[in-house]
Amino acid sequence: MSTPMSTQDGQRPTHTPTGLIAFAWTLVGVPLAYGLYQTVKTAFDLFTGG
Amino acid sequence: MAVPSFLARERIVARPGFNRWLIPPAALAVHLCIGQAYATSVYKTALVEDFQVSQTAIGIVFSIAIVMLGLSAAVFGTWVDRNGPRAAMFVSAVCWSTGFLVGALGIATQQLWLLYLGYGVIGGIGLGIGYISPVSTLIKWFPDRPGLATGMAIMGFGGGALIASPLSRQLMDLYDPDYDGTAGTVPAGNAVALLFLTLGLVYLVFMLFGATIIRVPAEGWKPDGWDPSSVKQKALVTTESVSAANAIKTPQFWLLWVVLFCNVTAGIGILEQASPMIQDFFRDDEGNSSVALAAATGFVGVLSLFNMAGRFVWSSTSDFLGRKPNYMIYLGVGLLLYIGLATVGSSATWLFVLLAAVIISFYGGGFATVPAYLRDLFGTFQVGAIHGRLLTAWSAAGVAGPLIVNGVLDTQGEPGTLQAGNYRPALFIMVGLLAIGFVANLLVKPVAAKWHEPTSSPGAEGAPIPERSAAR
Repeated sequence: MSTPMSTQDGQRPTHTPTGLIAFAWTLVGVPLAYGLYQTVKTAFDLFTGG
Repeated sequence: MAVPSFLARERIVARPGFNRWLIPPAALAVHLCIGQAYATSVYKTALVEDFQVSQTAIGIVFSIAIVMLGLSAAVFGTWVDRNGPRAAMFVSAVCWSTGFLVGALGIATQQLWLLYLGYGVIGGIGLGIGYISPVSTLIKWFPDRPGLATGMAIMGFGGGALIASPLSRQLMDLYDPDYDGTAGTVPAGNAVALLFLTLGLVYLVFMLFGATIIRVPAEGWKPDGWDPSSVKQKALVTTESVSAANAIKTPQFWLLWVVLFCNVTAGIGILEQASPMIQDFFRDDEGNSSVALAAATGFVGVLSLFNMAGRFVWSSTSDFLGRKPNYMIYLGVGLLLYIGLATVGSSATWLFVLLAAVIISFYGGGFATVPAYLRDLFGTFQVGAIHGRLLTAWSAAGVAGPLIVNGVLDTQGEPGTLQAGNYRPALFIMVGLLAIGFVANLLVKPVAAKWHEPTSSPGAEGAPIPERSAAR
């Protein structure tokens, strides 16, 4: 979703590439997903006495 | 202090049409890295054995880092507000990475003071600057949902341990073939040194990515369709501005300082000791724990998950409930849960984990909600610098929490022989602290008008003209 500026005059508008936003979220999302996966895996060991 | 032009605030002012949803991943790129500070318990035993020192001596490394976090956030908060988040993130990345590299050298050469200097002092400065760098920027990008915004950033700090904890275990397994994460195996010092080296380099790259994509909103920008006058409708929420210099003269600042200190001290005592604590709670009289080291590492991860989730969920909730009621939950319910942990926590693993996990979610929620609480009370004018000054409470708690737990445990017996009862005195001290924090939160009232910054027509409505702050 683009959030337009509402109060700036005399500036060229920009467009944030969707690909850049997707890349940035992926870059932080993948390590988080890894951490989440590992956490669930090890948490399973915790409750089974592993 | 001037910064190179490519780091300057003027270079990163967003043009019309910029998508604000690029800012949260920039903030997360920094907070996911510095959140590693919560994963120190994974290699704590290895460092105790490698250096042949007490738990307290190694726990101090974490305490120094947290002290430096608070001090650097307080000292450089105004600098961060003035120079913008890119410069702050850059400095944070360099300090955090250097801290790991110097720490690695200290471990490899058996020089404990280098570990204190590297991870503790230099890394701690990186922690402090990195922690506050994206928070005020996010508040400005998301004035319609400040709790959600700060929750997103500070969630990353909690998530950092969720990543670093298993990653550290896997890397130490790679660097030390004799270590496999099971009970009784402890990684060699060299493996921890190589781990520090690896993390230092990876974190540098990741944090610099965040610094590259961060932007600040232009003066006067607001989200489409958002009416700033709607902010005033809630109790304790101001549309006025209070400078950082004046904020620290108000009782509200110091009441929040006490609230944060008590909430953090209570949580940090568990987090810093998480891995050995769960093993000790379920240790029999023969000294054998029913919880293996791998499972204890899983417990660290579970806490990290709740720490992270609590930051996002509780902080977002505060946009609807209000900041003060949220803190009443964190401190009041947290107090009851702590009593449960001390009295019936050792009766079942699932109960221990559940109690600790909810306590830690309140701990995380307390961190994530406080910038929005500050913004409500003091406005957005210098909220970054005010937040930085408030984080000295975290520093004090970073010393008090581990000292209380480690100090009590050092009097109770040797590591590896402790049981649940040995933790009880420390846990009841935490209960008392949470009670103090609860009362402090109850006493928070709106900031007096005399501390508000002058508007364009000062004193026009008969209000006294405040002492304008020199801090910019």
